[in-house]
Amino acid sequence: MHFDLLFISIATPLAVALLLALGLPKKWASGLACFGFMMPAFIALSLWARFSAVPQYHTYAFYNVYDTGLGGLGIRLALGLNGISLPLFVLAGLVGLAAGLYALQSKVERLNLYLILLLVMQGGLMGVFASVDVFFFYFFHELALIPTFIMVGIWGGRDRNYAAMKMTIYLTLGAMLSLLGLIAIYVKSGGIHDGIGSFDLIYLRRELLENPLPVFVQKNIFGLLMFGFGILVSLWPLHTWAPLGYGAAPTSAAMLHAGVLKKFGLYGLIQIALPLLPLGVGSWSWLLIALALCNVLVIGFVTIAQRDLKQMVGYSSVMHMGYAFLGVAAFSIVGAGGVVLMMVAHGFSVALLFLLSSSIYDRTQTFDLGQMGGLAQKAPVLAAFFVAATFASIGLPGFANFWGELAIFISLWNVSPWVTAGAVAGVIVSAIYGLRAAANVFFGQPTTEFAKVAEQKPVVDLRWSEKLPALVLLVALLFLGFWPKSISTPLNAALQAIYPAAISAVSTHVANK
Amino acid sequence: MNADLVSIAQSNQWLALTPELLLGCLALLLLIFEMVLPKKEHGAIPLIAIAGQLGVLLGLIFNYRAALLGYEIFGGMLRQTPSGQFMRVFFVLCSILASCLGVIALARQKVPKVEFYHILLVVTAAMMLLAQSNHFVMFFVALETITVGFYVLVSYFRTSPLSLEAGLKYLITGALSSAILLFGIVMLYGVAGTPSLSGHSADSMNFGALQEFLAANPNNFLASVGIVLVLSGVAFKIGAVPFQIWIPDVYQGAPTPVTAFLAVASKAAGFAALMIFAQVFVAYRGVVVPLLSALAVLTIILGNFGALTQHNVKRLMGLSGVSHAGYLLLGVIASFSVPQAIDAIYFYLVVYLCASFAVFGVMTHLAGENDADQELEHYGELARKNPFLGVVLAIGLGSLAGIPPLAGFIGKLLIFIAAFKAGLGWLLAVAIVGVVLSIYYYFGWIKAAYFPSRTATDDATKSVPSVAVNVPMTMVLATLALVSVLLGLFQAPLMVWIATLHG
Repeated sequence: MHFDLLFISIATPLAVALLLALGLPKKWASGLACFGFMMPAFIALSLWARFSAVPQYHTYAFYNVYDTGLGGLGIRLALGLNGISLPLFVLAGLVGLAAGLYALQSKVERLNLYLILLLVMQGGLMGVFASVDVFFFYFFHELALIPTFIMVGIWGGRDRNYAAMKMTIYLTLGAMLSLLGLIAIYVKSGGIHDGIGSFDLIYLRRELLENPLPVFVQKNIFGLLMFGFGILVSLWPLHTWAPLGYGAAPTSAAMLHAGVLKKFGLYGLIQIALPLLPLGVGSWSWLLIALALCNVLVIGFVTIAQRDLKQMVGYSSVMHMGYAFLGVAAFSIVGAGGVVLMMVAHGFSVALLFLLSSSIYDRTQTFDLGQMGGLAQKAPVLAAFFVAATFASIGLPGFANFWGELAIFISLWNVSPWVTAGAVAGVIVSAIYGLRAAANVFFGQPTTEFAKVAEQKPVVDLRWSEKLPALVLLVALLFLGFWPKSISTPLNAALQAIYPAAISAVSTHVANK
Repeated sequence: MNADLVSIAQSNQWLALTPELLLGCLALLLLIFEMVLPKKEHGAIPLIAIAGQLGVLLGLIFNYRAALLGYEIFGGMLRQTPSGQFMRVFFVLCSILASCLGVIALARQKVPKVEFYHILLVVTAAMMLLAQSNHFVMFFVALETITVGFYVLVSYFRTSPLSLEAGLKYLITGALSSAILLFGIVMLYGVAGTPSLSGHSADSMNFGALQEFLAANPNNFLASVGIVLVLSGVAFKIGAVPFQIWIPDVYQGAPTPVTAFLAVASKAAGFAALMIFAQVFVAYRGVVVPLLSALAVLTIILGNFGALTQHNVKRLMGLSGVSHAGYLLLGVIASFSVPQAIDAIYFYLVVYLCASFAVFGVMTHLAGENDADQELEHYGELARKNPFLGVVLAIGLGSLAGIPPLAGFIGKLLIFIAAFKAGLGWLLAVAIVGVVLSIYYYFGWIKAAYFPSRTATDDATKSVPSVAVNVPMTMVLATLALVSVLLGLFQAPLMVWIATLHG
């Protein structure tokens, strides 16, 4: 019997969720859930370690295909990892583990249902990045997305009903647009030969390289994907669901969604849209750059104005997505590589920030930045973690984010130095709100409101149950910060295999004109 | 003996109609049982009905590839096709599920019980004949049998003014649509029988003859008018705009099992007819395709916008069903150029059956004395008080909304792929808008069941009672929900079965 770790990493959380749903005794539930969260993380790490040593099939390692009954339509469950998906697969595993561990120690009502939904989300996330088949890539995304809505609806904070509904509608619209784009690629690529296409990315790459689509078709499809994926990644001005949703979402759901699931759209652009539709990029890239700069600068200033810690983290995540979009618009190997590094780094750092914000709330009973202060005296470890996460989020050297932002800025220089200047200005903006938040929460004198809360419920420092998930994320950030080569080597290899053909297609097209 | 009579007599293959005949006999048998059996034994009659139908269903499935496939029988009145076989199975399945819901719903009302199953069986047999009809006379007789049966079923709760009103509305609009349909049939009959036109036929109501005539005269104005009128009559059955006007009131007033049967079986019967006509009228696709496209756009938009503001769940199901008719129309239009669209339509119908009956099953359990009064607000405590029904409802609605990994998503995907291949870009754009709108009201319902707004929980009188679901119903609902999930993950069994339609 073949032993497919990728399949197991998807199936384990889902199977555990099913077991929990069938009503297991309470004492086993948390142990089993813990197993469900750990399995994907361990598999992800072990596959990462073995990645360069195994044979590859068209840049994909660990490649396997299963037929679910739609084989006649060219839809097969094809699993595999290439240099682009590997870092995100590891991100999904580790953030899932952190979110799961944090959920296990949190005291939410109906913990069982909460864990079930998180596990379903985790299974879907592993599937998104392990899928080579575009259909299942989309399918697993939706599988992971639905629990988010439910979790916001049940355990959400203020305005949860409104937030859940708004998220549902925005994200469904985005998902539908991108589905339309993906179907368009499928239909157009299959129509060339016999009318039966395939959703298999390897097939699509080969097919579209040999028989490129007409330019206007590429343009239209790229537009669909750009806005479809753009809504999912909170491209300005379609971002309004994000801060509201993250503000209302329970911590672990926000960690998984902002940290991992949201990267689906960017990953789709890097892995699918850019290599398959190279001629479509040019006509949209300036619009994308303009919108992405709005993400960085407009949302950056909006973030400065936030008085609510969780809202601020939510807005900052929208803002950082702007950098990633800029890297996509640059359409180069350096830019695409930068986006992947940025996605991974941002995934870890934003998840860490959501986790720490929630831990801060436990101690201060408020997210209002104006009603805290001086927490560092009572919780120095929490303060250290938060400051480190803030530094990472700003993009200081030593953290993974630095490499991502640097690569994106370098790639932008070829597009236009002015765009680079605008993007770099964003770093200052994020330093302003990040450091000010850290100062407001942890340093200075405690405000009267906080002093009152602290009297009623003595403030303790970060417990081990909180420290453990935070450590997972922080270690990952530092590891990648000091040794980015561990993911950039396979990443570069994959991009070198895929991108030059696409980029040269553009230059021949321009030369022919 | 006259040679013609001999050939007609030989073509009367009664064996081929065994399922319909059995259903008819079963229907009569039920009435006899009611007379013969002592009153306290009457509870067994619905079980006999369901058991009999299960027998017919199994027989149909085992003889799926019937010997007479493709031949005209009964002098050209009927023609057994693979699609017809599929629809026969489909209708019997609907009828069984509607009977199951009927047991629950009828127990709450002081109305005669047995006649319900009797009429249901007769209507089902008529639907099965409709799906195999090959002649306008057969088609019209089957259609009228269905419609007349529904007149009675819709107003079955005769103590409820809303049910009576619904019956009256269904009668009037149904009669109007029958008249339109008949007018169209007469026109086609007249044109195709005109001796001066090439390809005319003595038996011009026969679909095969009509198809040949239309192919020979592709630009006949009178024939186009006839086609438009016939399609309008069918549009009434499937509830396409502008013939959807009866739907909200009739769906609300009718007993919930009848609403379910209307929503699934009657709609599917309309599509079975539409797909037969798509073949017959294929030479006039220049008329049919624009007409159906306009209908599809209006249907999707109006159905979804109409459903957005509904608070009565029966009306909501009715209007959302209108939008499903729109998506299916998209498949029918695509089937003119992409043959695989037909598979997509059948897959969608099965998925729609499972999801709709799951939702209607939950509605039947929660309906109170007043069957027409089922509001969204009544679902406030559902997930807490009846977790099982809550899960079934969520799966059913999720599948109707087309959320992966549920079967409804695959159904929509297959239709969309077919439509894409057929180059129906604008229709697809409308359909996408429709799907996003539908998320709002389907999730609004799930939200009402799972996350009650705080004001609603204060009003304890409005929340649902905790209902005991008996074991057989639990199994039925669980199966429907399970199939809705499994078909989303693993489609092989159904796809292979549907593929035999062409094999």
